[in-house]
Parts: sequence; C-alpha cells; structure tokens
Amino acid sequence: MDEFSILIGGKAGDGINQAGLLIARIFGQLGWHAYIYYDYPSLIRGGHNFSIIRLSKKRISAHTNKINFLLALNQDTVDLHKNKLAQEALVIYNSDLSKAEGIGVALEKIVKEENALAIMRNSCAIGSLCKAVNLSWEVLEKVFRKNISKEIDLNLRLARRGYEAVSGVVKIESTTRKALPLVTGNEAIGIGLYSAGLDTYIAYPMTPSSSLLHFLAEKAEYFGITVIHPESEIGVMLLALGFAYVGKKAAVGTSGGGFCLMTEGLSLSGMAELPVVIILGQRPGPSTGLPTYSGQTELLFALNAAQGEFVRFVAAPGDAEEAYFWAQVALNFAWKFQIPAIILSDKNLSEGSFNFDIGAIEEPKGCSPLLWDRNGEFKRYAESESGISPLTFVPDKDAVIKVNSYEHDEFGITTEESNTVVLMQDKRLRKEKYLIGELENYPTIKAYGNLNSETILLCWGSNKGVCVEVAENLGLKAVCVAVLSPFCEEKLSKALMGSEKIICIENNATGQFVRLISGFGFRVDKKILKYDGRPFSVEELEEKVRKAL
Amino acid sequence: MRELGTYAKNSWCPGCGNFAILNAVKTVLREIFEGGECPSENIVLVSGIGCHAKIVDYLNINSFYSIHGRVTPVAEAIKIAKGHLKVIGFAGDGDAYGEGLEHLIFAAKRNIDITMLIHNNRVYGLTTGQYTPTSPLGFRGRSTPSGTNELPINPLELMLASGATFIARGYSNRMDLLKDVIKEAIMHKGFSLVDVLQVCVTFFNLYDYYNQKVYALKQHNFSDYNEALKKIREWDYNTDAPVALGVFYKKDSPVFNEKFTVKEISVSQRKKKVREMLEGLV
Repeated sequence: MDEFSILIGGKAGDGINQAGLLIARIFGQLGWHAYIYYDYPSLIRGGHNFSIIRLSKKRISAHTNKINFLLALNQDTVDLHKNKLAQEALVIYNSDLSKAEGIGVALEKIVKEENALAIMRNSCAIGSLCKAVNLSWEVLEKVFRKNISKEIDLNLRLARRGYEAVSGVVKIESTTRKALPLVTGNEAIGIGLYSAGLDTYIAYPMTPSSSLLHFLAEKAEYFGITVIHPESEIGVMLLALGFAYVGKKAAVGTSGGGFCLMTEGLSLSGMAELPVVIILGQRPGPSTGLPTYSGQTELLFALNAAQGEFVRFVAAPGDAEEAYFWAQVALNFAWKFQIPAIILSDKNLSEGSFNFDIGAIEEPKGCSPLLWDRNGEFKRYAESESGISPLTFVPDKDAVIKVNSYEHDEFGITTEESNTVVLMQDKRLRKEKYLIGELENYPTIKAYGNLNSETILLCWGSNKGVCVEVAENLGLKAVCVAVLSPFCEEKLSKALMGSEKIICIENNATGQFVRLISGFGFRVDKKILKYDGRPFSVEELEEKVRKAL
Repeated sequence: MRELGTYAKNSWCPGCGNFAILNAVKTVLREIFEGGECPSENIVLVSGIGCHAKIVDYLNINSFYSIHGRVTPVAEAIKIAKGHLKVIGFAGDGDAYGEGLEHLIFAAKRNIDITMLIHNNRVYGLTTGQYTPTSPLGFRGRSTPSGTNELPINPLELMLASGATFIARGYSNRMDLLKDVIKEAIMHKGFSLVDVLQVCVTFFNLYDYYNQKVYALKQHNFSDYNEALKKIREWDYNTDAPVALGVFYKKDSPVFNEKFTVKEISVSQRKKKVREMLEGLV
C-alpha cells in the first residue's frame, strides 16, 4: 500500500479535528506523510464534521475521496460517506448510535463505564483503529502522551478499551522515514511572521483566520510577542499602523468581510508608507458566504482594494511550507519597501494540516529596513532614487517624525502644491520597480510534473497540491503562481513557453486569475472552476482535466 | 528649546476656536518640556480629519495625521508599543463622537493611558456645515435644511459610562482654564478626555451663547462618580442650562497599556523557539 485515507466523522463538538490530528501523528510515527482536510459547518454543536486524513509514502497536500478506513461516531458519518468507501474498506462504527457493516464498538457504553466525557469517545475509537491495523500500543501511547494534556490517564484507559474491543484486520507497514511535524497553514504563517521579526499580531475573530489569532495568542508569552483582539477590523488595521509608526512590526488577519473594513487603513498604509502585513483568508462569497468553507474569491479584491494608487505585495502560498516562506518575505518586504503586504490564504491552506519540514525550506534572505544615516535634518518622506525614504523611530531626539494621510511634502506636512504632489506620488510608485527587481531571486512561479509537457495546468495559491498531483498522474506540467502583485510577467511567459494548451484551475466562479493574466496578454484555453466551497479532491480534478484535454 | 511652530501656513478661519487650542497646547508643551516632565521627542500627536486635524501640521512635534474617526486606535497602539511616550490625540466631534465612536468607547473601557482632546464645535466645518452628534435638536445644516430630528449625545456622560478615568470640559474663550485642564489631562495616568467647546465662526458661531452660560466648576468632588454624573447631566448639549467647565471626574485605575511589553527578540532566539515548538507537533 502506497497510500490510504481515513475518514473520521461525527457532530460539531465531538472533537473531530483534534482526533484527526492524533490519527495523523500516530501514523507519522510509522513514517507516513499526511495531509488532513477538515470539513465543518458554521455552527457550534450538532451538524456533521469530518476529517479526511490521507497518509502517503510521498509528500502530499491534497485529499482523495477514496476512503480506506471509516471511523463513524454516528449514523450520519456512515450514511454520508459510504459512497466514498474503497473496495475492502474497513468501517469502525459506534454501535450504540449507528448501524453499519464492519466493526462495531460500543463507544457510548465504554465512555459511560469509564465515567468519561462524551468527547473522549474519540480516544476509544482511535484505540480500535490502531488495533484493527495491527499498530503497537506503544505508538498510540507515545502520541497520546505528547499531545493530550488533560486527563491523559483517562484518555489512555479509553483508548485501551477500544484497542481491546477489536482484533487486527490488516497490517499497515512502518517505514524508516522520520516523523515530520504537522502544522496548519495558519500555524505556518504564524511561525513565518514570527521568524521574520513580528512584534505584534492584531486581529478580530473571523474564519478562516481566527485559528491564527488563537495560535499566536496561545503562544504569545512563549514567543515574547504581543497579541491584541480589539473592537473591530477598523481598529485592528489602525492599531497595526500605530505600531508601525513607532517601528514595531505588526501583522493583522481577517477574511473578506473584515478586509472590507480594513481598506481605509490599507490605503493609509500606502499613503503614509507604514508597513503592515495582512493575512487575508478568502471565503466563498459574496457577503457572509460560506464562513467555514474554502474559496479563491478575493484575488481581484486583494489586488485592487482601497482608494488611490500605491504599491502592494500580494502572495498566495500553495502549502504550509510556502506559507512559512512567504509570510517571512511579506514581513521583510513590507518593511524594506514601506508598503502593505498581503498573504492570500483560504480555508484549504489556513485550516488544512500539512507535514512541515523546516530543514528543507529555503530561508529567505533577510532584508532590513533602510535606516536614517543621521546626517542633516530628518525628513520622513525624503526623496530617493528607489523611492524608499530612510527611517528613524520615535523617540529620537534628533528627529521630528511626521506621517500623514494627506498628500504631504518630504517632511510630512500637508501639501496640495502640484509639483510636490507629483513628486511624492512618483516616489511612492517607484518602489514597485525595485520590488520587481528583488523578486527576480524568489520562487514566485514554480513548475512541477512533466516539464516537457505541452499541456499546462495553471493554478495559484492553495490549489498547488492537487494540481501538482494531477499533473504528475497525467504526465502534464503544473505551473503554480505564488506572487500576484507585483505581477512577474516575464517569469510567467517563461513558464508557459512552448505550451499548446493551458488549463487554469481556480476555486471561484468567474476565473479571477484568468482575468488578471489576460491584462498582461496571457490567454488560457480552458478553465476548471469549482465554487461549492469544497476543495478539489485528486480524483475529481483528474477527471475534469481528462475531459478538458 | 525646540521651536514649536512649523513652516506650514495656517489655514483656519480668522476667529476660529482652534487657535485657542493650538496656543493652549503650545503653552502646556513648553511647560512640560521646561519642567522636565517629558522631553519633546517623547511626545506624539495624533489627529484625524477635519479642521481640528491641521493642528499637527502647525506643531513641530512627532505626529501621525490619521484618517477620519481613527485617532484613538493609532494613539492606543503607540502607547501600547512604547509605554514611555506621551500620546495626545486631537479629534473633532464628528471624528471622535461620530465615525470613530466605537474606538473612543473601547479606549475609555480599557483605561489606556492616552489623552483625547476633542475640538467640539458641534458642526462639520471642513465639509462646510452639516450637523454632528453634538448639534442641538433642530440644527439646520446643509444635510438637514429643515432641522435635525434627533437629540445630541452628551459625550461626557457616555465617557463616564464607558470607564474613562479623566473627564473634563474646556472652552476656547477661557484660555487659562483650557490650558489647565489640558495639562492635567496630559499628566493624568489613564484615559483622559477633554471636550473643548470650540467655536466655528463660519458655520455655528456660539461665542455669545457660551459666554453667557459657562462657569468654572468649584468645590466639585471629582472623585465621586455620582456627583460627576450629576454635574455632567446639568447641560445635555441641547436645552438651555449653565455650562460647567473644568474637571468633572478623575480616578486612579489600572491602565491597559501596562499589561503589555513589546520585547526585543533576536532572529536566532526566534528560530530556536520555532524549532523547539515544532518538535512538539510531530
């Protein structure tokens, strides 16, 4: 077996997400690489939640719809996913609440007998799964002890009951590959920002970015950073700019609706040249849309949001390792060029769990903000070749530091004088040329699969994993774009050179990326668009690509 | 001593109440610098958008000329990031009590150690004469030619309810008192707000009215919440009543910004922490 998938499902509040992580980590101990897709509706209790834990011998960042092991905590899970079962799939079901063909375990009864909380039935179910695949008890115990801080003994007792309730059915081989950490895209963004020097994270809760707020808030003391949850996204953005003014590196996180509220502050960042990083977790929209599902609907919004013309950096990482990389670059660029930088994510990336091999990720070269040389009078907006004005921060006894949302002169004082207006607008826009130059050395566009293929699967952001895998399966070339602004036109030309057919894959209804590149003269032959909030599974995309060939 | 003025040409209307605020602030800053209470580089001024906001162009002091309604969050961030700075926010009544009200309430609720000076002329000046949250009922402005149909808010009552620990009122035509309350507000540790009745000579000239109505608070127990509330309610910004000036309420209370310390952490320390944390995620 080169790969297999486990689906665990139950109600909201059943701890499905956490159970999925435990399962992935248990198999991680045997050297299996993992990717977890977590599906949940926008409610607190009830509904149907499930995680698909895909385990493979190779690195993966997409899920498949072929389920080898189904762990059903309730009847819904059996009914809703039976069509996904592979041949000879094994179903382990909660015999107190559901009926199915497979192995029944009396989860409710065991939980009651052990005087445990309902949520701990996961431990019992995981115990049964481990036994069914002939996993040694020691592996389970090791992972439980490392990951469960509350009531570990009780959880282990429940797992043991589950373990003993069934007998071995199949054997999952173990390998010598080292176990890799499993992180969500949001966690990867968080550690990327932190690594690059983040001082403060500020956010108002909004899925799919809330888990980044939770992660950094929980780690704030350990990391030594400040995390603030203020009154609104307007407050969030303006706080971030206040931090930037005194030289403290701030990032903010939100989704489209919150980003709408941030746009006046985004424009202020452009005008006053105050660096900020914005984590924008896209949703299927418009408006509230599908809060807990995934979409790539905010590309053109991220590129165009806010009044006036100013330079911005926008990157859409393809997986957790790229998220770590580009989050660092975003903070670096924001401060080097004194511009807003946006990391465009979505639920697939933000809340999906990926293996993370920090040793294998290229570290972006550090780039520091340009500091004032302390000669002459300090001018916050001093004219320069690159458009970048040297910085100093309050308090500086030799400098008066004035930033301004109005058009201003070099000193930062309001002006409406026509020559100065043009001088300052040109100064700010000139930074883009240098930013494009800097990007020459960065992997803004990557190609995978059969590099000689004349058929190209073109994608951006979180569709990378599934596109690369489908390209590999079908002998095609995948081109994955990670930087959307400034647009690296020449690099895309090179990546698409010699192609006969370009198929663009996006999670939106109108083909926003296709529209973006058409402005640079690129044409695609086919669009494969999916906008039901669910990510492409490998099989689903493969079938659609086959039809489009 | 640093020159406090700048080369910016003043564009307020002749007779504008903002001149009084500018002069009072200059006097207070000079006193603070000379008295060694705070060096000039440790002062940061924040303003919004409106006639009031031009004050930062006229002062040779660190400043953040923000956007309409967004003075408070900028001032808060600066104070959280560097607690030794003195942060003074200037905002108009439309700015702080209208578009930016949520921020003001939260800043008061947090008792963050910043000072908000509200240039309350009870009319939008720079947008040429519309009603504001403190315009009296029936105010005929350019957006309400038949008069408003809503009562004004009493901003001081709102601030008291929200948790502000220093609440005062000044008047642009009572310089000494204005200067005193501004200084006291700046020196107060906690969230301080001074509502400055500042007259817009062009769109809502209330000089004669205020000159008849204002009086300085005397023998007022500003540490008593109920007494403060009673005095604050004496004039509701609408009906005819005596208009008290001075400090209504003052209280010592823990401040929000002291709960935060923004530390310096080296890149190598950061990388080490990340690797350590990742070990736990295997």
